[in-house]
Amino acid sequence: MTQLVSISSNLLFVAFVCYLIATLFFGGAVKGTKVGTTSNSEKRWGLLGIIVTIIGFISHLAYFITRWIAGGHAPVSNLFEFTTAFGMMVVGSFILIYFIYKTPVLGLFALPIAIIIIGYASMFPSEITPLIPALKSYWLYVHVITAALGESILAISAVAGLVYLLKSVDISKKSKQRFWLEAVMYTLILAVGFVASTTTFSLMDYEASFNYVDKEQKAKSIIYNTPPLFGMNEYEALTPEAMTPLVETPSIINAKKLTTVTWSLLFGTLLYGLIRLITRKPISALLKPFAQKANLQLMDEIGYRAVSIGFPIFTLGALIFAMIWAHEAWARFWGWDPKEVWALITWLFYAAFMHLRFSKGWQGEKSAWLAVIGFIIIMFNLIAVNLIIAGLHSYA
Amino acid sequence: MNNIICACGHENPEGTVLCGNCGRPLTTEAKKQKLADMRYEGTARRSQTYNKSIIDKVWNFFSSVKVGISLIIIILVAAAIGTILPQVLFVPVRGAAEIAAYYERVYGSFGSIYNWLGLSDLYGSWWFQTLIGMLGISIIVASLDRVVPLYKSLKKQRTRRHGSFMKSQRLFAQGENILGEDTLSISEEKLKDLRYKVKREKGALLAEKGRFARWGPYVNHVGLIIFLLGVMLRTLPGFYMDETMWLREGETLAIPEVPGFYLESKEFILETYDKEQTDEVFGEAIERVGTIASNFQTDVVLYKNSEDALPGQTTDLIEVKKESIQVNKPLKFEDYAIYQMDFRLDELSTMHFNLSNKATGESLGDLSINLDKPEPFYDLGNGATVELKGYYPDFSGFENGEPQTKSPVPNNPAFLVEMITPETPKGETSFVAIKQTVEPFGDNNYKLEFQSVDTRDISGLTIRKDKTLWILALGGVIFMIGVAQGSYFNHRRIWIHENNDGQLVVAAHTNKNWFGIKKELDQVTETAQLPQYIDQQDAEDQELKKDGEKSS
Ligand code: HEM
Repeated sequence: MTQLVSISSNLLFVAFVCYLIATLFFGGAVKGTKVGTTSNSEKRWGLLGIIVTIIGFISHLAYFITRWIAGGHAPVSNLFEFTTAFGMMVVGSFILIYFIYKTPVLGLFALPIAIIIIGYASMFPSEITPLIPALKSYWLYVHVITAALGESILAISAVAGLVYLLKSVDISKKSKQRFWLEAVMYTLILAVGFVASTTTFSLMDYEASFNYVDKEQKAKSIIYNTPPLFGMNEYEALTPEAMTPLVETPSIINAKKLTTVTWSLLFGTLLYGLIRLITRKPISALLKPFAQKANLQLMDEIGYRAVSIGFPIFTLGALIFAMIWAHEAWARFWGWDPKEVWALITWLFYAAFMHLRFSKGWQGEKSAWLAVIGFIIIMFNLIAVNLIIAGLHSYA
Repeated sequence: MNNIICACGHENPEGTVLCGNCGRPLTTEAKKQKLADMRYEGTARRSQTYNKSIIDKVWNFFSSVKVGISLIIIILVAAAIGTILPQVLFVPVRGAAEIAAYYERVYGSFGSIYNWLGLSDLYGSWWFQTLIGMLGISIIVASLDRVVPLYKSLKKQRTRRHGSFMKSQRLFAQGENILGEDTLSISEEKLKDLRYKVKREKGALLAEKGRFARWGPYVNHVGLIIFLLGVMLRTLPGFYMDETMWLREGETLAIPEVPGFYLESKEFILETYDKEQTDEVFGEAIERVGTIASNFQTDVVLYKNSEDALPGQTTDLIEVKKESIQVNKPLKFEDYAIYQMDFRLDELSTMHFNLSNKATGESLGDLSINLDKPEPFYDLGNGATVELKGYYPDFSGFENGEPQTKSPVPNNPAFLVEMITPETPKGETSFVAIKQTVEPFGDNNYKLEFQSVDTRDISGLTIRKDKTLWILALGGVIFMIGVAQGSYFNHRRIWIHENNDGQLVVAAHTNKNWFGIKKELDQVTETAQLPQYIDQQDAEDQELKKDGEKSS
């Protein structure tokens, strides 16, 4: 069985590499600049791109299945597993949309986002954990898989929105749109910053232990895996050679997480600065040429289509199945747990999105912005609510 | 009421945008627009027709989608604010003063203000519930306002539409009629292949499919309303009950709020993953995290009182079933479900003592004290007795020489006893606790020595009755049917006619997924050699784009 586990992680790695290569191919498929024309060589690149994407996806699926067999339960039971599965579904949803609309440009942006998601996932402990009693239920699979599937289809609408914005926002003039578009790019780089900082310190085997007093006045201990910029409440260092925290934080703040976030910010900002320094261009300007060939009307349509495909699935998985399971496991179908509330917020947001679109005619650029914001809310639920707002759902 | 009479002679109610008969634009605004606003087919809605009485105003307020969206956004933002700090539900204290103190202590002045503003119990607050209520009203009113006229106008659609209507459709074509008389028949055949329903009228054709998709939003709104009704019902007595009980191993208790039913706990079981025994793939995780629980379970027997028993009588209970309640596997019977929610391990249940002579060590016998119901008097035979003069289940020290107990729970039991033996017929008094013995009236000859203690586990169970579940389920199912209906199907229409100049005019409309209808229209265009259509919206975009490029 342990052998199966290692086969499984290799498969995930293969998928990761495939996505990288496929991104390059899709890049080749959109390099022309004339709208609406596709040369034969571009078609070939596009075909290669989707083939490699599918190979990667199959490998990813094989990872999922082998891990399921090895662990005896669907691999969606901790943050690593859930996020990797989410990445897989984003790719799957992209493939689905690709076969409807045949748009390589979508792949060029969807795959890097999937890559970042998988990279992010691999920063969390990846061993297979046995299921705690609350998770022992078929509803775990049904609920989590459906919810993630819905979210991943909604994510494709954000990708279409992003392409739309990259093409339509005029970045030669200073504007709010230009600023926010670049802010979105910067946020994506921050995710890379998180991966970079975590990897760096884990390669260094960095460890620093502390005792501290938690908000219930209980003595606890904690291990940092990054140099402690912030110290826990009334901390006492147990690893003398490690750096001394710069600031001590009050007990309601988890200084370890704050430190991780800060390092991600530092690394991400550094990376962003380097890119700007070397290319002398904002990232949106760098990417704009790749979006130039997209048909705005089509991107708008894909964005809306993805929302209308994804919304019912999301509702079913994240609200209805969630309620059924909560009723079995926690004796109540709804309990205002933060994760639940944020699923509701996501749902309300997309409901507002659709109503704005058909009643106030918010199409095109406005719709694209809404799709991007929707994705930010989904990621907020995935990242921030798990890490910052601890509730019943917060994994391990 | 001023009806609008269209050029075609049709009378339309005030507020109509597109003539119900031929589709000509009727308002000046609609005439100016290049593309027709096809929402609700341009029909008059109540909200646009009446605006006089209070009722009209209220109706119009709630029927506005703008208002609906604002409500959704406000609820969304409020819900988000409620997650900044844990809600009172999740904090470990009860009572207003304690809660206020808790927020102050743990979250400082921010916590204080948060609690003071009522944000710590946001979802239960009257204003939050009012917002939800308004949302419900808005959904009902807005839907009624639209579905009725929409239904009417889709029902009596005319096949031939006016040229201006055709021209203002997003997909539009006009040109030579290549196949002449046969065009419509060939188109009809192709469209039928594509599963359209086709209507023909002299020189005109209307192909339509998926009209039922238009009812999707209304169906899903009905689902939402039913769900909200279910949620409201649970506040009425009798629909919803939520109780907890602590049940000790070996104990049989009446189930709170479930008349006539009793529950006995045979055993509480806590299992953890054992590194040696579980699958080796888990080894690494167990090593990192430490113990991981695998099962919380209470083995119970459910009893029912016999028919003729008096309330509270527990002598002839009839066994209903034996079951293991686990997390995720509640015990279900009649309208009720009992859940494994909590537990406490190793509560002291019986203490065993030995009465012995301090000097010789000679034993006069053992006695066991049941900590729930201690006997007042214990006869050890051979003339020795022990009398229990005081019982302090949760002993916390002496106050003015009096032993004190913190609670009735046997966390730290202590006893004041009088021991009588043949040797000491007057009796000796001793104070006995687990780790300590005090002899208040000087040295005794005998002592009551603590031997051992039996423990048992307590299960924390939740008892639920929820008669609204089927309503919620019904609402959920209807909602899902509605969204699927509205999202996965589209209402597509294609109009073809020959105009007075002998030219062929084609127009197409769908409520969503233009890509899909274009692919179908492509096929019809090819088969019937229709003039090539243009996407007027896309063309507009391209024009805008060109203008933009020129100016920049
Ligand atoms: C959370 C609450 C709501 C949900 C989940 C919801 C859901 C939906 C969905 C999925 C659609 C179809 C949209 C599309 O296909 O693009 C829709 C349409 C619609 N909704 Fe809602 N809705 C909600 C609240 C409201 C409210 C408050 C109003 C009114 C003020 C409203 C009025 C409408 C209208 C007028 C339509 C269009 C009907 C048509 O096109 O024929 N909805 N709703």
